[in-house]
Amino acid sequence: MSAPPVLAVDGLEKHYPVRRGVLRRAAGHVRAVDGVSFAIAEGETLGLVGESGCGKSTVARSVLRLIEPSAGTIALAGTDITRLGKAALRPFRRQMQIVFQDPFASLNPRMSAGDIVAEPLKVHGHGDARERDARVASLFAQVGLSPAQRASFPHQFSGGQRQRICIARALALEPRIIVADEPVSALDVSIQAQVINLLMDLQAEKRLSYLFIAHDLAVVEHIARRVAVMYLGKIVEYAEKRSLFLAPLHPYTEALLAAVPVPNPRLRRKKRLLEGDVPSPVNPPSGCAFHTRCPYAEPRCRVDAPRLQEVAPGHWVSCHRHAAE
Amino acid sequence: MTPVDYDAELTRAGANASGVWGGLLFLARRQPLGAVGAVIMALVVFAALFADLIARCDPLATSAALSLAPPSAAHWLGADFLGRDVWARIVYGARISLAVGLGSTALGSAIGVAIGLASGYLGGWVDLIVQRVVDILQALPLLVLALVMAASLGPSLRNTVIAIAIPLIPYVARVIRANTLALRELPFVEAAKAVGMSEWRIAVRHILPNTLAPLIVLATAQLGSAILTEASLSFLGLGIPEPHPSWGRMLSESAAEYVRTAPWLVIFPGIAISLAVFGTNLLGDALRDILDPRQRS
Repeated sequence: MSAPPVLAVDGLEKHYPVRRGVLRRAAGHVRAVDGVSFAIAEGETLGLVGESGCGKSTVARSVLRLIEPSAGTIALAGTDITRLGKAALRPFRRQMQIVFQDPFASLNPRMSAGDIVAEPLKVHGHGDARERDARVASLFAQVGLSPAQRASFPHQFSGGQRQRICIARALALEPRIIVADEPVSALDVSIQAQVINLLMDLQAEKRLSYLFIAHDLAVVEHIARRVAVMYLGKIVEYAEKRSLFLAPLHPYTEALLAAVPVPNPRLRRKKRLLEGDVPSPVNPPSGCAFHTRCPYAEPRCRVDAPRLQEVAPGHWVSCHRHAAE
Repeated sequence: MTPVDYDAELTRAGANASGVWGGLLFLARRQPLGAVGAVIMALVVFAALFADLIARCDPLATSAALSLAPPSAAHWLGADFLGRDVWARIVYGARISLAVGLGSTALGSAIGVAIGLASGYLGGWVDLIVQRVVDILQALPLLVLALVMAASLGPSLRNTVIAIAIPLIPYVARVIRANTLALRELPFVEAAKAVGMSEWRIAVRHILPNTLAPLIVLATAQLGSAILTEASLSFLGLGIPEPHPSWGRMLSESAAEYVRTAPWLVIFPGIAISLAVFGTNLLGDALRDILDPRQRS
C-alpha cells in the first residue's frame, strides 16, 4: 500500500467539561469520544454503528473539524489537518463533505434548492454565475432530481428529495470523502433504499469514500465494506462486514445483530435483546464499559478494561473473552 | 411518484405573473388583508408627501373666532382651542408621526439586529457583556428611558427619533439573539461551516433571513407604540417642538380637557393613529408571509 488512506483517524478524543456550581468549575468530563481510530481507503465505505449517545455524531463532526477534538489526529490523504487554522483548512474542506440525518433542518428554508447547491461553489469561487448554474443543473441530474426543480424551496420537496439536495450540495466541490451522519434514519424504508443506492452509484462513479454512520446494522450491511461498532465513545469491534455479520465477537455487536428486524415473521430467532440504557458517559462504568449490560460479564470485566486487539486477520475486538492470552 | 407539472405549479405560485400590476393583483388575491394595509399606508404616505395640496389651510394659522369650532363644511374635522384646522393638522401631522414611527423603528431594529446577531452568534464573553447591558436597558420603562434620552438630547425631530429608537434596541436584540441561538445549532449552518464559509457570511446569509419573521412582527407592533411615545414626549415638551402638529400631541393635549366639550379633537387624531398602526400591522403580517417561501405556495 503506497497511497495513504483518504481518511485516517488516530486516537480521536472529544471531552466536554461538565460545569457545576456558581464558579462553573469543571466537575468532570463527558467522554463523548474516547480514543477512536480508523482508516478509510479510496472508494471504500466504513460503517460506524452504535446506539444513540455513543459518540457517533461527535466523531463525524470532529472529523470535519466542525467541533475541535480534544486529542488525537485526523489525516486527510496523508495530511494532518487536526491543528490547521481556519484559512489553512479551507482547501481541505473541499475534499470532505457531510450529509446530515435530518433532511428538514439541513436546508435553509429561505434559500432555493439551486442556491443551496450552488453555495459551496460560490464560497470556493468556482466559475461565474452561468457556469455555476450549469454545474448545479448537472448535480441535480446526478442525484436524480429534475434540474427544473432548482427554483423550488426546501419545503416543496419530500424527505428523500431533500436528502438528495443535501447529497448534491456535498458533491458540489467534488470531495474525496463524504461523512454521512445517519443519512437515511429519518426516511421511510422504501426511500432509504433509494438514497443508499444513489450513494453507492455515486461511489462507483466517482471513487468516493464514505464514513457511513447508522444506528441500524441492516442499512450498514448493504453499503459498508468494513464496520466499526461503537459503545460509549469507544470502538468495541472493527471488522470486515462479512466476518462481523457472520461471526460477531463482541457481545454488544451480537446484541445489535439480534435486534435487526427480520422481514419474515415465521422466522423467529432466539432473541437476546439488551436490557437497560447506555450508562452515563460522565461516569462510565469501571473496567469494561459494557459489563453492566453484558450477559457474559465476569468479575474481571468490572475492574479490567479490555484493549482493542486483532484476534483474527482484520478482525479487531475489545473483549476479555476473545483476548489473546 | 406522481409527475409534477412544474409550469402549472409555478403559475399557481405566481412566478409568471406579468408586470407590476399582475404582481400586485396576485398579491391582493393572496393577501387581501395585506393589500388593505398597503392601501392604508399608501394613503398615510400620500398625505405626508402632499400635505400642502390636501390640507386646504395652514395647520399653524390660529383664529379666535374658530376656537373649538365643531366639524363643518369649511373645517371638515373642526378646529382646536386656538382655532387651528384639525384636518390640516392631521394631514401635516402624518409627516412627523410617520417620520418618528418609521424612523425610530427602523433605527432601533437595525441596531438591535446587529447587536442580537453578534451576541447570539459569537457567544462567549461578547454575549455575556451584551446581555447584561441589555438587561439594564430593559429594566427601565420605555417611556422613562425615552424621557431621559430626549431630555439630554434636546427637543427636535431627529433627537425624538433617536430617543424612541434606543429603548427599542434591547427588545429587538433579545428576540434576534434567542432566534440566533436556536438557528446556529441547525445542520444547515453546520453544512455551511463544513463548506468553509466565513462566520460573517453564515450570520448574514443563513441566520439573519431566518430571524425576519419575529423581527417584522416586533417592528410593526413597535411602530404604533413609537407614535404614542412621541405623543407622551411631546406632551411633556421633550418631543417635537410646538407648534408643529403631531398626532400624538394633538391627542394628548386635548384628551383631558376637551373630550366632553369638543370630542372631535380627540376622536380624529385617535382615528389617524389607529389607522396607521392597523395599516402597519396588516402590512407587516403580509410582508412576513410574502418573505417566507413556505407560505408562498
